[in-house]
Amino acid sequence: MTDLKKIDIDGREIEVDGAMTLIQACEEAGVEIPRFCYHERLSIAGNCRMCLVEVVGGPPKPTASCAMQVRDLRPGPEGQPPQVRTNSSMVKKAREGVMEFLLINHPLDCPICDQGGECDLQDQAMAYGVDFSRFREIKRASTDLDLGPLVETHMTRCISCTRCVRFTTEVAGITQMGQTGRGEDAEITSYLGETLQSNLQGNIIDLCPVGALTSKPYAFNARPWELTKTETIDVMDAMCSNIRVDTKGREVMRILPRNNYGVNEEWISDKTRFVWDGLRRQRLDRPYIREDDKLRVASWNEALSKVAGTIKGCAKLVGLVGDLTSVEAAYALKTLVEAQGGHVECRTDRSKLPQKNRSAYVGTATIEDIEEAKFIQLIGTNPRDEAPVLNSRIRKAWLQGAKINLVGEVADLTYDYEHVGFDKMALSNLIGREYDATTGSPSVVIVGQGAICDADGEAVLSNTMQLADKMGAKFMVLHAAAGRVGAMDVDACTKGGLDVALDGADVIYNLGADELDIADGAFVIYQGSHGDRGAHRADVILPAAAYTEENAMFVNTEGRPQMALRAGFAPGDAKENWAILRALSGEIDAPLPYDSLAQLRNDLIKAHPHLAVLDEVAENDWAPLPLSQLKAGELKNIIRNFYLTNPITRASSLMAELSSLSKQNGSKKVAAE
Amino acid sequence: MLRRLHHDQPESFAFTPANQAWAEAQITKYPEDRAASAIIPILWRAQEQDGWLSRPAIEYVANMLGMAYIRALEVASFYFMFQLAPVGNVAHIQVCGTTSCMICGAEDLISVCREKISHKPHQLSEDGSLSWEEVECLGACSNAPMVQIGKDYYEDLSARRFGEIIDELGLGKTPVPGPQSGRFASEPATGLTSLEGYISDRVEKNASVQLAISHCDTVRRIDGTEFPLLTPWRSKVKKPLPKTKHDSPRKSKTAK
Repeated sequence: MTDLKKIDIDGREIEVDGAMTLIQACEEAGVEIPRFCYHERLSIAGNCRMCLVEVVGGPPKPTASCAMQVRDLRPGPEGQPPQVRTNSSMVKKAREGVMEFLLINHPLDCPICDQGGECDLQDQAMAYGVDFSRFREIKRASTDLDLGPLVETHMTRCISCTRCVRFTTEVAGITQMGQTGRGEDAEITSYLGETLQSNLQGNIIDLCPVGALTSKPYAFNARPWELTKTETIDVMDAMCSNIRVDTKGREVMRILPRNNYGVNEEWISDKTRFVWDGLRRQRLDRPYIREDDKLRVASWNEALSKVAGTIKGCAKLVGLVGDLTSVEAAYALKTLVEAQGGHVECRTDRSKLPQKNRSAYVGTATIEDIEEAKFIQLIGTNPRDEAPVLNSRIRKAWLQGAKINLVGEVADLTYDYEHVGFDKMALSNLIGREYDATTGSPSVVIVGQGAICDADGEAVLSNTMQLADKMGAKFMVLHAAAGRVGAMDVDACTKGGLDVALDGADVIYNLGADELDIADGAFVIYQGSHGDRGAHRADVILPAAAYTEENAMFVNTEGRPQMALRAGFAPGDAKENWAILRALSGEIDAPLPYDSLAQLRNDLIKAHPHLAVLDEVAENDWAPLPLSQLKAGELKNIIRNFYLTNPITRASSLMAELSSLSKQNGSKKVAAE
Repeated sequence: MLRRLHHDQPESFAFTPANQAWAEAQITKYPEDRAASAIIPILWRAQEQDGWLSRPAIEYVANMLGMAYIRALEVASFYFMFQLAPVGNVAHIQVCGTTSCMICGAEDLISVCREKISHKPHQLSEDGSLSWEEVECLGACSNAPMVQIGKDYYEDLSARRFGEIIDELGLGKTPVPGPQSGRFASEPATGLTSLEGYISDRVEKNASVQLAISHCDTVRRIDGTEFPLLTPWRSKVKKPLPKTKHDSPRKSKTAK
């Protein structure tokens, strides 16, 4: 139920929901209110006072618009709508006063501050401040905190907006940060100088309106105005968060989140944000051919003709689609390999996702559904590691009163949950329960990849789907690989799975699959961006672009196709993935029927029409798998090490550092217990 | 004043059994999921018991209320009446230094403190028995200058009388609180100008001083046995204590 209220903002009358705050109503009316502490996705603090407005007929002083609701305003004597002024002399004076106070203790070190050029305080001081200060005393200085290897602190610059404290406690679900003391001596601290233990901590860098919290890896690397900004898609987890990649020249300097309420709100995980140093190391920049058990540099012509010759004379050709592969590349590989009588397979972790049943390999729930759910059943998953931003959604639902159950490994998920059991028996017992209480209220069943990767995976999947069916819940398969859903969508699968596909194969075309060991014997062609596990076992290496270096489509875990754009060029001789496959197809005299990415996409969309609608989640027909008997066994999570899940992270020295730190912290915790 | 945890912390903290019972009773005054509301009274009792709030004490209280440690530290560091450094084991003296008292000689009282206790506020005297600080207005302006020692006010002080009080405290005695000039309460210093007819009815000391004398808790460390526990509803409904789980920033409680 909404109660609409009329309100007069700067002489313009608009009608808004009474529960809105004045700052939101002003936004609605197209009036921008300066703010520091207010943030849409955090609780309201009301402590920076920058958003002061005048309420005509209200108290004879300015009102903090972020903390006042429209319905709390009193109408005029004849019932006229309440009036709010954002451009009166009172407001101007109030803003100037607040700005002067904020700048009292703020150092004038903009030239050496990393926030310079994109600093809220700088911008607002220019727009709303005065050009003088009456403060003649000594400025306060604060000691800096050590928050770990990601967030650098310059606490003297802090204006105590407490956004970081609110983010870490509310969204990230950690309890280290707080504000101690009062008045001039109020300071943002972490309890006893602890470092932050969260894989969402990087977001406080974006939230900080000044340069108090800045990015340590990015420190002094670039200025915002030197950077080329590209809006694209992340592939570090299957959320496919919306990101902005900032490049200087051909190097990625940093990665920031973009708003997309349906996917990542405006958060990204630390892996997404800080992986960019991995894009510079261990890159494959030239083709290689293995001779006498040594890889030697080759030219493209040489490498392609060698590959073509091998493919033409092979008995069984198999294409493997890796975790970070785009839809276009998977589709091109599938077309190429199947034209040669071979098979492709994308389920390289041996997950038992069924072919062509989109409701079983994607599910029916969207990420937004999680937020509204009253009951969430997690099965064999640790969303905090598999998709940290999705985990913050589950936490949000929990804060709004949702109940959460877990079958599988116990982990700290940042919210309370009922642990139903470790093994599959617990799952089959769940189906036996009565669900009258939950039917009717929105609920979601989420199954992790770990649960469906062993031999019994199909039974687990069928049981979870039947459970969702019985509960009347929506169903979600939480993928761990960004490319998986897209590859499943183009049906890059072999009947029987990976082992059937690899059985007796004498040529394997490995398109960026680094998470599996390929047995000796077969001739392996590796096409990928990094010299990782896949390249080590390759006979020919074809260097390809990484995810920031080509235009490509990715489908995320909820089945939402999104377009990634090229932010920079691939290093050396590396080429775009689809282009390599196209060139190779010409070499083996079976040219793919497209000469450009646009033609490829036309073909792709003709074959899979649901991919035509970008950024929308197609509805999937609910087709639960028939219930099959579960064998005994425990459910295991798929991700063992959050920071090292793909070739790019393994090339990043920062990720290696974070991984070893988290291991240390993990062992410390065990010792304390 | 920058308030941080003291550098030298004790190993542990525990309430006396009676204080523990009192603290648990306070929690029952609030709805079950609002145990954190009891933080100020319980921190205050911890301070009454030990004289100051140590890190273990803050953590103990936070655990009791199911709060994150940092949330309890935020409260403890915000309020200046919470002492974050050790205080004298006999008494902590709070000298009012705001306008009325300052005009009437608070600065002289502070000099006495500097001389007899320690040069700087918040430092222990040589024998560890006393400490002092200057505080903001304590609301006894008509009896200025005044100090608060422990729970009670010593008003209408002169530097000489204040010195005597400190000496008496050092000898283990507790001087009688209240106006030190012979005044009854806060009537005009030059004598009553009205309602003189009631003088004959009045008791020897004003009510606040009477209480101080009868309770004898001016500088006493409270162990909870002084007063009976007044939470009659507790015997009827036995509410369980909140389990140690984190507040809204809570960590998941793992069932084993």
